[in-house]
Amino acid sequence: MEHLLALITKPDNVPILAIVFLLPYFTWLSFSQGRKNDRAGTPAEAALKDKVYVWPYLCRNEFICAIIILLILAVWSITIDAPLEEPSDPTKTPNPSKAPWYFLALQEMLVYFDPWIAGVVLPGLIIVGLIAIPYVDINPKGKGYYTLKERPFAIATFCFGFIILWITLMVVGTFLRGPGWNFFAPWKYWDPHKVVPLTNVNLSYKFGIRDVLTANVFGFVVVAGYFALGPIFYLWKKRSSEFLQELGLVRYIVVSFLFLTMLSLPIKMILRWVWNIKYIWVSPWFNI
Amino acid sequence: MNEKRNGLKEKIVNSQIWRSMFRHGYENTGRRYTLQILQNVWLHLHPPRVPRHGINFRFTWCMGGITFLMFLVTAVTGVLLMFYYRPTAEYAFRDVQYLEFDIPFGMLLRNMHRWAAHGMVIAVMLHMFRVFLTGSYKKPREFNWGVGVILLVVTLFLSFTGYLLPWDQLAFWAVTVGTNMARATPVLGHEGPFHPQDITQENDVRFALLGGTIVGPSTLLRFYILHCVAVPLLASVLMALHFWRVRKDGGISGPL
Ligand code: HEM
Repeated sequence: MEHLLALITKPDNVPILAIVFLLPYFTWLSFSQGRKNDRAGTPAEAALKDKVYVWPYLCRNEFICAIIILLILAVWSITIDAPLEEPSDPTKTPNPSKAPWYFLALQEMLVYFDPWIAGVVLPGLIIVGLIAIPYVDINPKGKGYYTLKERPFAIATFCFGFIILWITLMVVGTFLRGPGWNFFAPWKYWDPHKVVPLTNVNLSYKFGIRDVLTANVFGFVVVAGYFALGPIFYLWKKRSSEFLQELGLVRYIVVSFLFLTMLSLPIKMILRWVWNIKYIWVSPWFNI
Repeated sequence: MNEKRNGLKEKIVNSQIWRSMFRHGYENTGRRYTLQILQNVWLHLHPPRVPRHGINFRFTWCMGGITFLMFLVTAVTGVLLMFYYRPTAEYAFRDVQYLEFDIPFGMLLRNMHRWAAHGMVIAVMLHMFRVFLTGSYKKPREFNWGVGVILLVVTLFLSFTGYLLPWDQLAFWAVTVGTNMARATPVLGHEGPFHPQDITQENDVRFALLGGTIVGPSTLLRFYILHCVAVPLLASVLMALHFWRVRKDGGISGPL
């Protein structure tokens, strides 16, 4: 417990603590407004048709907001000192070595994927995927007001990615990952000598495949099959779904690829926790 | 007494000097409120009037504005820090120590810079969350959402490059861990899949970022220049674009 307290009150972890409170608050705030708007039928924002003068009404709010924020920042800066450890020494590696807190979700992904995926491909896809959102979301509803009912898929997907995958993994990486990047329950002492047996095997091995070439082909089929789920669903539903026809093939492929890629992280996590699976596909050039 | 004071005020407000700076009067009319915004170089980023829900904390959470405020705080405190800091392996750590112990309010200055930077990262994430939840990226704001995503990346990079500068164990190893992944860049990293034979530890992307095969003095200089000059400039340009587009896309989003 003492150890957890020490961890939480580490100066650089204070921002995470702030997020742990701020994010649920804002999620609640927006969801409750969304529900209210959904129930009323017309959003509350639409009822306020008139405009107000920026001076003084908006400028006053901005001014008050700035003062409050600067006050919080001043108190924060007076009470908590920025950390300064020993001078840097390339020969003394601390254990655990952690990236800054806002990159810890990426560092956490390194447990489940090789660095080229976790550190390069997935971050790249996150950026590209975010930029693509407005071009693939063709739902005209829910523009400029809070709602849940009118865009359930968009909101659920984004909240899953942002709250569960990005923020939660960040918190886990900060508070529950100790020496050797091993998992430690909050009340556990961070024992640098903890030994975790490495019993992970590849998926093909679980299926009894021992031959390298067969394993290679097997892995390819599984990964290709997984990403083919998108197009298969499209062909199956295209006729009957007006929505898919309106969305179009290109948009659909982008959405399904990004969606399946995002889901691959929790899938690999579960495979690892439950069956100790390391790689799905081992090829001569890379492993997935 | 009161009359005298009012008389004095009139005199000042009507003087040639005052009128040359502030062209509008002070009567409580819509015309004056509009001029107050239009004739002020800082405030004219705003439209004269906004929809009523746009000034509501529950709608915008003020998060875009808070992100910008945090950026301004880091800019001001950062310039002050630059007076005391030399980006070389010999001096960097000692300069920070000296700042903390011997410079009046040096510690406070450093704290404000660091916590405002962290605050900016928190605020920009929440800003993105709010923009998503209100569906504000939809037509005609698609492009500005894209500008925002780049700003998010730039904000993280700004924070990351600054993380190295104290040159202590925390800084050194966080940046070592953070840049290690660049080794594995496909094609361009010396441990990445599909890298050609000629790509080695000494000419891959990680080398370009660090100026060496490990985090060292040239990394410190590179990150310093990125942190203090290149990235803030880029961020400023993108913010100007972002704010301009908020206006040009029809102001704050709302139901039609
Ligand atoms: C340095 C970072 C950023 C700054 C300083 C900034 C600032 C602002 C400000 C002041 C506004 C006005 C409304 C408000 O305060 O909510 C705004 C609106 C907007 N921002 Fe940002 N922003 C940043 C990053 C982002 C990011 C990361 C995104 C999305 C990925 C984004 C997307 C948008 C969009 C689409 C609008 C229009 C919203 C509407 O009309 O309701 N911005 N931004």
